[in-house]
Order: sequence, then structure tokens, then C-alpha cells
Amino acid sequence: MDFEAVIGLEVHAQLSTESKIFCACSSKFGATPNANACPVCTGMPGVLPVLNRRVVEFAIRAAVATGCTVQRRSVFARKNYFYPDLPKAYQISQYELPIALGGHLDIEAGGVSKRVGITRIHMEEDAGKLIHGGSSAGSQGSLADLNRCSVPLIEIVSEPDMRTAEEASDYLRRLRDILVYLEVCDGNMEEGSFRCDANVSVRPRGQEKLGTRAELKNMNSFRNVEKAIEHEIRRQVELIEDGGTVVQETRLWDADRNETRSMRGKEEAHDYRYFPDPDLLPLVIADAWIDELRQTIPELPVPKSARFTERYGLTIYDASLLASVRALADFFEGAVAAFGKNPKTTANECIQWKDAILANAVSVETIGQVVEDRETGLISATAGKTLIEQSIATGKAVRVLREELGLTQMSDTGELEAVVAAVIAANPKEVEIYKGGKEGLLSFFVGQVMKETKGKANPKIVSEVCRKLLG
Amino acid sequence: MAISTDEVRHVARLARLALSDGELATLGGQLGQILDYVKQLDRLDTAGVLPTSHAVETGTPFREDVAVPFPDREALLANAPDREGDAFRVPRVIED
Repeated sequence: MDFEAVIGLEVHAQLSTESKIFCACSSKFGATPNANACPVCTGMPGVLPVLNRRVVEFAIRAAVATGCTVQRRSVFARKNYFYPDLPKAYQISQYELPIALGGHLDIEAGGVSKRVGITRIHMEEDAGKLIHGGSSAGSQGSLADLNRCSVPLIEIVSEPDMRTAEEASDYLRRLRDILVYLEVCDGNMEEGSFRCDANVSVRPRGQEKLGTRAELKNMNSFRNVEKAIEHEIRRQVELIEDGGTVVQETRLWDADRNETRSMRGKEEAHDYRYFPDPDLLPLVIADAWIDELRQTIPELPVPKSARFTERYGLTIYDASLLASVRALADFFEGAVAAFGKNPKTTANECIQWKDAILANAVSVETIGQVVEDRETGLISATAGKTLIEQSIATGKAVRVLREELGLTQMSDTGELEAVVAAVIAANPKEVEIYKGGKEGLLSFFVGQVMKETKGKANPKIVSEVCRKLLG
Repeated sequence: MAISTDEVRHVARLARLALSDGELATLGGQLGQILDYVKQLDRLDTAGVLPTSHAVETGTPFREDVAVPFPDREALLANAPDREGDAFRVPRVIED
């Protein structure tokens, strides 16, 4: 039987705020245990949560950028469960009335474009961290560090619109690129500031009714998300073909073993008894605030990439690569502004030196001047690479290095004519063969000239001069 | 409104309460009475009335996004029955 998979994703994005969602503790990563904790986030009696304005701003920006409708009134609810990483015994989240509904993201996978629906976006607090078995040998119990408890998150829930692991991974990348562009999330999957759970089911192709789904967790890289989904689809199809049935459950991805495993026993009693949090009034958002935030949305990756292909003549691949990271896209446009005559070469250089650019190791002038010098024939492509490497290593300007390292090419036609003439005079036999119609021999003359000039001649001009003098 | 023993047991489990059979029966009866009392509200016609979770609808106040460290970690840890270093120690949680 031919099966198709149905995939929906739930993304938790940690918001890049200074402080937590309901208290003034720092939300930064890496402090000593419980250094960023206070009576509010540790759930002491008598405290009151007060909502961080920037959390709402970031959630609205994410909503607007993904085409969601921001709700004028939304409500925080308590999700009740006991676990030591959550000292209040409930997580403050949004349930029936989230901050945003009904958006979409356009993806492209396997050469096909499609629109994936976004069901909702809601705000919630993160839980703390547990270290199992204690910090030292022989230590009993689990240790709770509540620094992450109440760090702000948004959860972005997609419609079950994806059909392959590749589509899911493309959706995820694009969503991450957008959140990073908006500067609302740092997008770091390994550190857990961008996390993804996947709901996966399969059904015979053509069947309307959805199959029973499994929820996949614990995938901390794009590659793992793709592998885990592929694996899970295969597992479900094989199970059904062998006469079994899929059970609704949570499964953990084990990256070392390349398999998903059932989280048996943890499924019992998922009865969260949500109810509106009496400590927090409904969140009321004025249209003016939404409009104001709408103005702060930068040009996003997809329209930017389209503009790059149109305005600079880049390939779709190069344009989307450059546009996927805001800092890289800005750098590219800066370098084009520094030397605008050959945006394609500039794009190639930006892609080649991407890591150095994002590490701020290369300046716009460096790339701009190398592109310009290549364009005017002053340096070869190889010399350009050497110059950028040396500039990173020494911090010197590329044009200073060009002279110091003697990498300036001979591009003066008059100067080169003399060398070419000498080469022609020294190789009468080859000249005869060339004139006899074997034009492939041109490269022989170019090679000789390059040898005579110790590789410093501009091969393009040498070739022109040779052709002319052999003419 | 009668509540089954199984329902009482489920709710008790969610609240991490260990109840004897006698307590299950007593509490089941009492919970039923509480629900009957609240059920009086069913006599109201609430068609077209939005669910009200708060008596005021002014909108929640905000705080600005400024980090102010809480200065007394020791006081927080002192509230817990057990600790190890700067962490709270809790009964071992078995993870998969």
C-alpha cells in the first residue's frame, strides 16, 4: 500500500529579553544555579506575576511576520502538573485564547512551493532544569536549578500541512530565519533556545481521515528533526504493513542509536486542568500598538531574496543563501555599495567568506576592494583569496597587502605586448602550427607568457594580446 | 450529582493525594454536594455572555524589560527541605 505522512510542528522559541516573563530575574543563560531566581519564579506564597511588556512585543512581531492575526484580548491560563522543575506546580501559558491565530509560512522543498498554515502562537514560561543523580558521586536525588524557570517562550503551532521530513525541515529553517531576523530569538537549537516537537502520522494515500499520531521530542538539530521524522514515518508504515496499529504516544529521538523510543509510563494522567490564571488579568492589545510594531518588521528573507535576484541578478540559490541571515545580507549590500559593478562576484565572495563575515573578521571594504581589483584586472581570483586570508590574519588593508605581497597583476597592454612578442619570436614552430588553424595552441602561448611573468600577468589580457599579435 | 469512586481516585492522583477507601467515599459524596451547589448557576441564561475570568477588564499591567537580580539566593534555598550546593535537592526523578 502507498502511504503518505502527515506532519505538524510545535516550535518553542525562547525570546531574547533581558528579564523573565513575569519577574525581573535575568533570563540570560549560564549563571550559577539559582542565581537568576526570586520569590516569584520559585512560586513562593503571596507573590504576583507581572507581565514583561517586551515579551508581548516580541510575540506580536513574530505573529505579524508569520501572517497571524493578533488577538485584541488574550488570556493566560494555568497548566497544572507536578514536576520539580516547576515549583508552582503549574506553568503559566495561554490556552483557549492565545495571542495570535491563523498565519502561514511559505516553504519550498524538492522543488515544490507550498503554504504551511500556522494554527496559533501563544506565550508561556519555560520550566527549570533538573540534574539527575546530583552533582557528585554518591549524591542522592535530583538537583533543581530554576534559572530557566519563567524565561519567556512563544510556542508556534503549525497545521498538519507537511508531508515529508524535508518539508518539515524547510519550514523549521524558514521559521528560525524569520525569528532571528526579527531579533526576538537567537535561534540556537543546540542550546535549546529554539526547540521543536513533531506530530507525525501516516495514512494510505488518498484517504482523508488522519492516522493516529506520535509526538516526537528531543531533536536538537535540523538534521535530527529530519532524521527522526523519516525514521518515525518508516516505523509507522512498517508497523501497519505488519498488521499492527500505531498508538498515540510521545516518543523520544535517540540520536546515538538513530531511533525513536516510546516514553512509556510518562503518559499517565496528562490531565492539565487548564483554567484562567486569577493572578493575571486578560491581556488587552490596542490596534495602535500592533500597527506601531508592524512598522518595525524588517524586510524578511523571502522578499529580500526575491529583490536580490531581481536587482543584482543573483541566482535564486545564492540570493536565498545570502538573505537567510540578516547580518550576511546587510554585509552583501554594504559590499555592493562599496563596489557595485559586479554584485555576482561580491555575492560569491560573501558566500565563500560567510563564517568570517558573521564573526566580524572581514570588513565590507575588504570584500568590496577585492571584487573591484579583480574586476579591473589588478589581481587574479587566487590572489583575491590570498589577500582576504592575509587581511584576516594580519588585520592589514587588502590594498596595502597587495603591494607588500606583490600580487598586483600586469594588466598594462603595452607592457604585456613586449613579453608576448618575445614569446612568439622564441617559438616559431608553434606559431606556424597555430596559423595553420590549430587555435587550441593559444593556451600554449598564454602559458609561456605566464611563465615569463612569474604568474603575475593578467591571463585574460594576455590571451587577448596573444590573439592579436598572432592574428 | 454523583461522582464515581474512579473519578475521585483520578482527581486525588492528580493532586498527589493518597486516600483510603473510606476517604474516597466520603470525599466523593462531598465533591458531589459542591458540584450540586455550583450547578445552581445553570439556571442562568448565559447565551451571548463571554466567559468571565476576572471581574475587571482593564487589561493586565506591564513591567518594563529590565533585569533586577534578586539578592538573596540563600533565603530561597532556606525555604526548601533539602539542597546541594546552590541547587534545590528533590527526590530523584527517573527520566527515561
